[in-house]
Amino acid sequence: MTSGTYEADLVGDKEVAPPSHVPTDALVDYLRADRGIRSWLLTTDHKRIALMFYVVIVFSLILGGVFALLLRTELLTPERTVMDAVTYNRMFTLHGVTMVWLFMIPAIPNTFGNFVLPIMLGAKDLAFPRLNLASFYVYLLGCVVTLGAMVWGGADTGWTFYVPYSTTSQSAVVPVVLGIFIFGISSIMTAVNFIVTTHTMRSANLSWFRLPLFVWALYGTSVIMLLATPVLGLSVIVVALDHAFHLGIFDPALGGDPVLFQHLFWFYSHPAVYIMILPAQGVMSEVVCTFSRRQPASYAAIAISSLGIALVGFGTWGHHMFVAGMSEFDANVFGVLSMFVAIFSAIKVFTWVATMHRGSIHFNTPMLYFFWFLFLFVFGGMTGVAVATESLDVHWHDTYFVVAHFHFIMVGGTLTGFLAAVHYWFPKMFGRLYSERMGLLTSFAVFTGFVLTFFPQFLLGNAGMPRRYYSYPARYQWLNVLSTGGAWLLGGALVLTLVNLLVALFWGRRATANPWGSRGYEWMTPVLPPKTNFAATPVIGRGPYDYHRPEEEAHA
Amino acid sequence: MHEGPLHPQFENLDRQKDAARLGMWAFLGSEALLFTGLFALYAAYRTLYPDAFAAAASHNDVKLGTINTFILLTSSFTVALSVHEVRLGRARRAALLLLVSILLGFVFLGVKLTEYAEHFREGIFPGPSYRYEGLTGYGPRLFFTLYFLMTGIHALHVTAGMGMLAWVMFGAWQHRYSPLYHTPLELGALYWHLVDVIWIFLWPCLYLMHA
Repeated sequence: MTSGTYEADLVGDKEVAPPSHVPTDALVDYLRADRGIRSWLLTTDHKRIALMFYVVIVFSLILGGVFALLLRTELLTPERTVMDAVTYNRMFTLHGVTMVWLFMIPAIPNTFGNFVLPIMLGAKDLAFPRLNLASFYVYLLGCVVTLGAMVWGGADTGWTFYVPYSTTSQSAVVPVVLGIFIFGISSIMTAVNFIVTTHTMRSANLSWFRLPLFVWALYGTSVIMLLATPVLGLSVIVVALDHAFHLGIFDPALGGDPVLFQHLFWFYSHPAVYIMILPAQGVMSEVVCTFSRRQPASYAAIAISSLGIALVGFGTWGHHMFVAGMSEFDANVFGVLSMFVAIFSAIKVFTWVATMHRGSIHFNTPMLYFFWFLFLFVFGGMTGVAVATESLDVHWHDTYFVVAHFHFIMVGGTLTGFLAAVHYWFPKMFGRLYSERMGLLTSFAVFTGFVLTFFPQFLLGNAGMPRRYYSYPARYQWLNVLSTGGAWLLGGALVLTLVNLLVALFWGRRATANPWGSRGYEWMTPVLPPKTNFAATPVIGRGPYDYHRPEEEAHA
Repeated sequence: MHEGPLHPQFENLDRQKDAARLGMWAFLGSEALLFTGLFALYAAYRTLYPDAFAAAASHNDVKLGTINTFILLTSSFTVALSVHEVRLGRARRAALLLLVSILLGFVFLGVKLTEYAEHFREGIFPGPSYRYEGLTGYGPRLFFTLYFLMTGIHALHVTAGMGMLAWVMFGAWQHRYSPLYHTPLELGALYWHLVDVIWIFLWPCLYLMHA
């Protein structure tokens, strides 16, 4: 491992980074610019808001992870292990809700997107800083409502809230879906802010094709958030009203059609998968260029396929419903459209791989996460193409195969993207370096744990074990034991990752302004960016991946 | 003549104005998708129960629906005039025109409530309490559940729009806006037009399509 090599890359950096004790107010770093608890809670600085999101999102990940470990522990034996069936049902619902809406959807956009988007555009802040702060508090309110519902007993419907069960279940469905509605409002606020910022806040000379690829990914994500989230908001509100007043909109006993709910739900929730994965892909585009010291093999291919995924993603929702009474023709259309997503994804994968070709590859922790991402994304994606084929889906539908598939691609992709971003931007966010050795070690452990958890689930699903079941025949046990062991390894690795970063936060070595030798715009700022990001509005006269220029020239 | 406050994150006022406008348009796009979900539900059930939906729609009072359409269109017209007036520097007159729009909004809601009252009197309720003898079966019941849902959510938007208009009316009356700076008024007007446009689609679905 070449954990120490980045230092050598970076000798001439001191001129670029003014020391943080320069007396001009504009250059005091964002962490020290204002003091006191109010200056945090009422801040409009996108970087501080990003950190507040960061804290809550890490907490959400821990919470969702604890649920997951309890679920896996329960599945260690065919019958009751630690909890009863009712608790189990509520637990997997809470696991899904927490991981989807509290963690994965906001994870990368609201922390890293918030932190670096304005800097990458050469702007002082997002277009609407107060809206940004409001989106944080709305998100927090959503957390309070959802967690309150958990204390209330939680819902037992699964995160998909399928009717008619969700409208008749005795559990606390209404507060849970209300919390999700509130998350939706927060998402839309963020989306409006990001779209407007990308359009109007770019600094002079920064044309669309000079934007870092992470910005393209965030832009595609925001378009999906903006247009899909209101449909989710509507469908969960209808479920809540139906649950409370029994309107019967989806109730076959009153002439309603329960499949309509599935259409509305997946119209959001399938694109939501791309809300999770696109930002992760954006992170990977940055990471692979930085740690290969090369410009992307094709900038346009990556940028355009981000938008392609965002647009085609709106036409694929029906592949969740092949067994819900869909005509063969519709199923084929949805299947083919789903495979278009695979084409765009494959374009990205090949471009990333080609980027590394003849690059100077540095095996730092973010780069290692890129490799895990590549594996999980390709493996998960190929199984996705498989389940988008109707004849195969009929066999795998609602089995652990599907669980394994979406954990590989959606969770694996988002989690490795998130962890890569966590390590990659750590020096910029906190001005310290984490221990590379521990970073690499935990990264290995995360990947091993992840594969060990979910690979057996492909086999379980193929052998016919249905998802969401509390007990199972004894012949499935050995695979379940493997999966549970993997989950505990994954959990432990994530805890170690957190410890490593917390240690670095307080005792880590001081970072330089550009420890990775990146040409990205965000690394042009001082070690810790000042409150307004730049002393003067920068004029950007080069691309974000100009590795053919020496660093001094690129950052001049 | 003042140009309005320049927020520190912006380079200049033009960009700030562009950002505000684009933000409102993006938000309106999001709102449109919210109603698209409702229209999709309506379309699906209309396909399932075509005759029952036509019969139920003909039970609605076309006269009241059309009057309400007229009221909303007029209110949008006065809002547009108000933007015109503020551009000419006549802020007080703009505020009065907004007041007219808000009052028309109240009239719209009043008419809507009379319609609701009439429905309730006949036993037309959303969901399981529906007990109108004139139209029975799944179709009419679903039609009216959707009717209450769609007009109810629309009425919420009307109310929110009135709140927005009231806020910019107050600002206009206080001469906070000038020909050079009246972005909030413009955005409030945009939102009000959206509320209007949605009604233009609700009106035929719920009142006119009864053949």
